Amino acid sequence: MTINPELPINFSPMHRLQWEEVQQKDVILYPEGMVELNQSSAEILKLCDGTRNLDQIVTDLEEKFSTTDLKNDITSFLDVALNNGWIQQD
Amino acid sequence: MAGSNKTNITPPRWLLAELTYKCPLQCPYCSNPLDYAKHSDEISTEDWKRVLSEARKMGAVQLGFSGGEPLTRRDLSELVNHARELGYYSNLITSGYGLTEERIIELKEAGLDHIQVSIQASSKDLNDHLAGTESFTHKKEVARLVKKHGYPMVLCVVIHRENIHQMSEILAMAEELGADYLELANTQYYGWAHANRDLLLPTREQFETAEQIAQDFKKKVEGKMKIYYVVPDFYEDRPKACMNGWGTTFLTIAPDGVALPCHSARELPGLDCPNVNEYSISEIWHESKAFNFFRGNDWMQEPCKSCDEKDKDFGGCRCQAYLLTGDMYKTDPVCSKSPDKQVVQDAIDAARNSAMSADEKPLIFRNSNNSKAF
Repeated sequence: MTINPELPINFSPMHRLQWEEVQQKDVILYPEGMVELNQSSAEILKLCDGTRNLDQIVTDLEEKFSTTDLKNDITSFLDVALNNGWIQQD
Repeated sequence: MAGSNKTNITPPRWLLAELTYKCPLQCPYCSNPLDYAKHSDEISTEDWKRVLSEARKMGAVQLGFSGGEPLTRRDLSELVNHARELGYYSNLITSGYGLTEERIIELKEAGLDHIQVSIQASSKDLNDHLAGTESFTHKKEVARLVKKHGYPMVLCVVIHRENIHQMSEILAMAEELGADYLELANTQYYGWAHANRDLLLPTREQFETAEQIAQDFKKKVEGKMKIYYVVPDFYEDRPKACMNGWGTTFLTIAPDGVALPCHSARELPGLDCPNVNEYSISEIWHESKAFNFFRGNDWMQEPCKSCDEKDKDFGGCRCQAYLLTGDMYKTDPVCSKSPDKQVVQDAIDAARNSAMSADEKPLIFRNSNNSKAF
């Protein structure tokens, strides 16, 4: 599975994204499991709220971090996220 | 005291709240202690709330409500609600027995994240025989209701000699019920399963056939269903990394408030496991004799002590070493480097002989009468 650039991206309702104070990092929680995220992965996933497609996420993050050329990194992470079931496209 | 190294204590991540030893089912492989009937006290709602709060503050985030059957606690929704407010991810580990649609909705509103339903077999007769209670039809209905109300649905099937021949049917049942996760838990031989081992341990051929079927299925449902496969370590060459290392990750609280480094640790002698009625969770985790007992490597004997894999499997399981060799400090005897490896082969042979004998003894079901006899 790969990301469809046209469609908006949702965070999976079967998972929970949450800041963990003790660990000082964002994590994804799911039945009997947890994935610890680095900052950039967490920033990407927080924008998967069903209102943005791939290009919009890229634009927002490039703006936020005043940089360019994020598209490849973001696309490959979102493919991983999709295949792990953390995000979905309807 | 064995290996204490207090400078490197990591915070708990996983809290297993065994709310009660009461259970309407009688599964002969139950992981509760054999003498659970002796520990019939249950800590109060307020005690549980304090335990949840203290463990959460230390960093625990995954929370299992288990038992016994946790649904028998009337304050379950109140505890779920408290857990949600604290930011836990709450897992309800249930037989499904007595779970109504009304209660599924109530628990959802309280903030429960997921429900794991156990089913004993893929056929009604065998399920009801193993559970010691007529429950198969209801369990399947519960699994459907769990899905209907938007929970991730985890189906758990404990695998052993009585049901291993049903592997294909078990997988088909999981697919039909729309399980998001399927836990295929090869029986671990502690508690009641240890007492019934001769009747539960499959042969290597049975295990390998079933594993192949499960692996093929895993590929087929990739992307739709996740499979958690708990390996039967009697047929492995290396022990499991039990509890991810003693006192590193897992904290179990038994129904009477006793804090355990793993849910079987009550079986080990001389640990003096502390009670939450007397100590805070922080004191228990950092200071108690029990939680420091097998922390780090200092407690190890040979061949673990000089083994280059000791940081990978931590010497395996202390309860298994104790149950199989009588010495909880020994290398887990499932390891091929263990001088006691023969005891594992002896167990496998004894189970095979039992299966082939004409007058096989009956299963000992998990109930209060049988528990009082231990």
